[in-house]
Amino acid sequence: MSVTPVTAGPPLVFTGWQWYKSIHIRPLTMPNQRTAPIYLNLYRIRFPAGAITSIAHRISGVSLFLSLPFMVYLLDLSLQGPGGFDRTLQWLQCGWIKAVSVVMAWSLLHHLLAGIRFLLIDIDIGVTLPSARVSAWLVNSIAALLALAYLGWIL
Amino acid sequence: MLQRLSAIYLAGFLGYFVTRLVLGKPWSAPAWHAWITHPAMRIAAAGFILALLAHAWVGMRDVVLDYISHVGLRLVLLTLIGLLLGGCGLWALHVLMVTAG
Repeated sequence: MSVTPVTAGPPLVFTGWQWYKSIHIRPLTMPNQRTAPIYLNLYRIRFPAGAITSIAHRISGVSLFLSLPFMVYLLDLSLQGPGGFDRTLQWLQCGWIKAVSVVMAWSLLHHLLAGIRFLLIDIDIGVTLPSARVSAWLVNSIAALLALAYLGWIL
Repeated sequence: MLQRLSAIYLAGFLGYFVTRLVLGKPWSAPAWHAWITHPAMRIAAAGFILALLAHAWVGMRDVVLDYISHVGLRLVLLTLIGLLLGGCGLWALHVLMVTAG
């Protein structure tokens, strides 16, 4: 039994646009059928900025979804008179909540910026590969930088 | 399309909310309460909750359909997601309309 070296063959490059199409555009009648490689050889796949933007858009969306119950809990508490409001502030000053809030701030920022980028691509702004790469890098780095700025602000 | 329209509303509301939160500094119980229960804010926030429910449902459904191929597991996850979203939505609307007074 022979094992094919993992680096064999030409690199498989997902451009940002192909990745975007593969996960965001699908035939209406077949919501689950999309073209994706069945055998993923991770060593042969280069993962460019557009793909990172795209997958991080999904991950941040899921984490925002998971944070919803706690957000509603805080809203509820904050509107239960002065006592509830003070307890909400205590929650927000708690160390591990602050740490989680940095992750949530990044999630919201990345989801928002990547979402705006996808909307612009939808209306044919920034569709060409070079501009899509630049905007992907911008989204990835601005979201990370603003999350770091938020971290500095709450420390 | 629903996903894009709700996204635009969510982004607009969040932009207003964060700006007003930072500039207006409603960091006392009465100021916070007065802001949230202002009639225009109540309507806008209720719209935000509904738009968020639609947006989160479409997004989570797409994620489940893309990564989970087992039909039974899909059904379980989609049900849990729907229940969580429905519960959070009703809870948030209740807070906005009843708890806040």
